[in-house]
Amino acid sequence: MDFDLMITSFPKLLAATAITLKLLSASLFFGLFLGLFFAILRLNKNKFINKFAYGYSYVFRGTPLLVQIFIIYFGLGQIEYLRTTFLWAILKEPYWCAIIAFTLNTGAYTSEILRSAFQTIKPGIIEAGKSLGISNKIIFYKIQIPIAIRQSLPAYGNEIILMMKGTSLASTVTLMDLTGVAKYIISTTFKPIEVFIVAGGIYLFMTFIIHNVIKYLEKKYSFQ
Amino acid sequence: MELLAFGKTGWGDELFYATLMTIAVSVTAMFIGFFFALTFTPLKLSKYKFLNLIGNFYTTVIRGVPELLVIYLFFFGGSGAIMYVASIFGYYEYIEINAFITGAVAIGIISGAYSTEVFRGAIQSIDKGQFEAAKVLGVNKFVQFYKIILPQMLRLAIPNLSNVWQITLKDTSLISVTGLVEIMRQSYIAAGSTRDPLFFYSFAAVLYLLLTYVSMKLINKLEARYSRGY
Repeated sequence: MDFDLMITSFPKLLAATAITLKLLSASLFFGLFLGLFFAILRLNKNKFINKFAYGYSYVFRGTPLLVQIFIIYFGLGQIEYLRTTFLWAILKEPYWCAIIAFTLNTGAYTSEILRSAFQTIKPGIIEAGKSLGISNKIIFYKIQIPIAIRQSLPAYGNEIILMMKGTSLASTVTLMDLTGVAKYIISTTFKPIEVFIVAGGIYLFMTFIIHNVIKYLEKKYSFQ
Repeated sequence: MELLAFGKTGWGDELFYATLMTIAVSVTAMFIGFFFALTFTPLKLSKYKFLNLIGNFYTTVIRGVPELLVIYLFFFGGSGAIMYVASIFGYYEYIEINAFITGAVAIGIISGAYSTEVFRGAIQSIDKGQFEAAKVLGVNKFVQFYKIILPQMLRLAIPNLSNVWQITLKDTSLISVTGLVEIMRQSYIAAGSTRDPLFFYSFAAVLYLLLTYVSMKLINKLEARYSRGY
């Protein structure tokens, strides 16, 4: 065991954690809106819209995240037309490509989580709102959405943790996130176990924090 | 389309073999995972605190750390660990483990952590009476687990195990970083030499979708089979 290496690599890995957290928070933020949008489309009665939303979540949940990142980072640059638009400024940056891929990926899972949450809301609650003369719009924003968010907290907590682990794939498109730096240190020192303990410890610590925050929120917003 | 031709002119046959490789790694990893799950599930359910601790440590650490990091650990640390063990037995030559074994074991350990949770959940949802009945009949613990609990548990576990299978299948794409030529690695090679990454990565996505679709269909059949009589 090389404890000196563990101590010297800790600050480097901690600095890289900032990028991991940035990627995570950005993709969760955009992904939540995307997920909500597609969850609403899934509940639409129009068959075409419904199928489209299902297709989106099926494709992004059925393929590895690595493929999705590679298509966006290596693939999209190949389209000549895209290079002439303003989008190119975003798509040539691995940082934004990673965020786009993560957002699309977590959006697909989030849409499934929210859809099932919407579907488990008891019809009586919506009927109660209607009989009180509340407009459909307000029923949706003030009754259905808050209940759905509460319902989906446990599943969404898992999704946050899965996404946090997913951000490690950013290292495959040259970003130096926590896993990227860990790999760099391993390949220069050939001490995989020491680096794994430190980097894995940081990841576990983040998992622990997320887990407990979600648990706290679940308790705070429980129905009882 | 000529890019996908079989033979020397296209990448069709290469991608076909790469797909077989992905299936082979996934299945091997899944079985290694079952082996780990069957070892750690009893630990998690044991009445001894210390054994619980070992079981929980395994599932918590593996499920809380990115798959890629675990793969790097095995990729860079695998041969070192084997050589260390060999040196105890007096063998000092360089040993290289092939990418297939490294990948399958790394993914298998990850898959095993998820399978452990599934098995634990399934066992806990089996009626307590079954355990008691086995006890009353004087069946020993080993037979009780393998002949009474396991068959009932499998039925309950299949839907969740199908999720584990999907995760495992998708995780194998990460082994491409170690150089094992599966779908992802082959697409990377093809994309590099034809300068057409969009086509090959999209095709890889289609292959993965096909694999998940077909395996879902097969698992649904299996599920129907195990639910006969319910």
